[in-house]
Amino acid sequence: MSKHRTKDIIGKIVLYLLLTIAAVIIVFPLYTGFVTSLLSAQNLDTYPPKLLPVDFQWENYAAALKMAPLLRFVFNSFVQSSSVMISQLILASLAAFAFAFLEFRGKQFVFLVFLSTMMIPWEATIIPNYLFVQRIGWDDTYLGLAAPFMATAFGTFLIRQFFLSLPRDLYDAAIIDGCSNLRYLITIAVPLARPALGTLAVYSFLQSYNQYLWPLLITNSTNMRTVQIGIRMLQEFEREAWNEVMAGVIIVMIPTLLLFVFANRQLIRGLTAGALKG
Amino acid sequence: MAVLTREAPAGVSAERNARQRRKEVKQWLAVLPYLGPSLFLFAIFVFVPLIRTVVMSTYATTPIGEMTKFVGTKWFARLASSNVYLNSLKVTVRFVLYTVPGVLALSLLLATLGNLRLRGISFFRTAFAITLAVSGATAALIFMFLYHPVIGTFNHLMELIGVGRVPWLTDARYALVSVAIPRIWLQTGFATVVLLAGMQGISDELYEAARIDGAGFWQCWKNITLPLVSPSLFFLLVVVTLNAFQTFTEVNVLTSGGPIDSTQVVVHEIYRSFYFNGQYGLASAQALILFVIILGLTILQFGVVEKRVHYT
Repeated sequence: MSKHRTKDIIGKIVLYLLLTIAAVIIVFPLYTGFVTSLLSAQNLDTYPPKLLPVDFQWENYAAALKMAPLLRFVFNSFVQSSSVMISQLILASLAAFAFAFLEFRGKQFVFLVFLSTMMIPWEATIIPNYLFVQRIGWDDTYLGLAAPFMATAFGTFLIRQFFLSLPRDLYDAAIIDGCSNLRYLITIAVPLARPALGTLAVYSFLQSYNQYLWPLLITNSTNMRTVQIGIRMLQEFEREAWNEVMAGVIIVMIPTLLLFVFANRQLIRGLTAGALKG
Repeated sequence: MAVLTREAPAGVSAERNARQRRKEVKQWLAVLPYLGPSLFLFAIFVFVPLIRTVVMSTYATTPIGEMTKFVGTKWFARLASSNVYLNSLKVTVRFVLYTVPGVLALSLLLATLGNLRLRGISFFRTAFAITLAVSGATAALIFMFLYHPVIGTFNHLMELIGVGRVPWLTDARYALVSVAIPRIWLQTGFATVVLLAGMQGISDELYEAARIDGAGFWQCWKNITLPLVSPSLFFLLVVVTLNAFQTFTEVNVLTSGGPIDSTQVVVHEIYRSFYFNGQYGLASAQALILFVIILGLTILQFGVVEKRVHYT
């Protein structure tokens, strides 16, 4: 009996040990980034590299902010990501409502049109989009950053799925009582679909905030750079001031880390929605 | 009445058809405000550009992207014999082969650990998923520091285990692996989350029945967990492969395609062709080829997802 117990305990210790090793390996790059962001210039250049936080030089963060307009980049990214998010929420709710509640000829076909946009990789359209946005003078503008991503087939499906789970009787009764479609969508369907909308909101914000290639192509002036491009510029600028570059990286990561901490469930649901569809 | 409609159908059915059509038009007018905005944006930013890519791939262009002369399959023919392009395909395939098995193996391991019933397990699950919050650019910058020839942690570790310093990003032999590592790190978080969701959907009764029959942990894992999580694994296989084919950020930040094109993946080659060299026709042809590759993989995925629905 007690032999069994000891075996159990040893087994558990081994498992916790494995879990800890795995967690340390995964978190290690972020940890190093953070420790480095607080090093003094002197300790940064000493060998071997510091694995423990020996300094707490928060001035690096101020220096990073002074080196490049990081807050401006963060602001730009927020404008871009919020525009994409809000527009995706509205357009996806509208389209999902049509697919879930309204009857019309060619519904299947339109649904396939939406579906097909998910099969066309961004790279296949990026050159004409780049030329188009330049031609209409939207390069270096928030509109140019956000417009191509304002409609979403993925989000439409996500919300349509949720709308379909609402009782059909509710809709029929409301319509018989003289409620218009739009009013039903705004006052009943959307409030009920908050979990799905939350998932889409977090997912779309994160995707735009972390975007790289499109903002790289269409932003030219420093003032319009988004965070992901800006942080790269910071590194090119200050090749060897790694403590300040890492401070910049941490600053840039704070919004998404907060999103991860506070909206973990929505985020995971959004990212795995594709996997769990089947 | 029934006889009447059958006997004199022409006028009546025409009227019914007209009524039907009027009803359809009315329905469409009612639906348009809901679908119109999305369809409009898809037309402008997806469908028209796709057609323009196809057209442009058969045209000569000015350096600012104006189409000048129809050239037929010239760009495709040039790509077929272009060492630079064939190299970028080869590099991309190698990148896929580095990242996909790495991500799948690591995430399977992490998800198995995260699926254990232990106190405090949610803490570890959160730690495993933390890279969900990290972008490609910031990941690449952190690894650029870790790869630093003098003050980087990786070279320190390499010296500790007696291998000596490795020229991670500056040697053509190691550069692609060095670009793949942050990608594996990033995608493992996502993959672990997907697999964990799959594992948690497996009913406890299966494990209990197996345990009563005397199955150990390893047997349970091999005979229950792995087969039942295989749909998620297949989904990941496709998604991680697609993402690897579309890699750009890590390459752009860490190596810009070098040294000597050893990390010049397809999307980075497309970027170089049109953004730096102004070869819009050539770049469009490359984009189309990538599109075909990705479409093939996507159809494969949808086909299998479909099958899965039929099974259950």
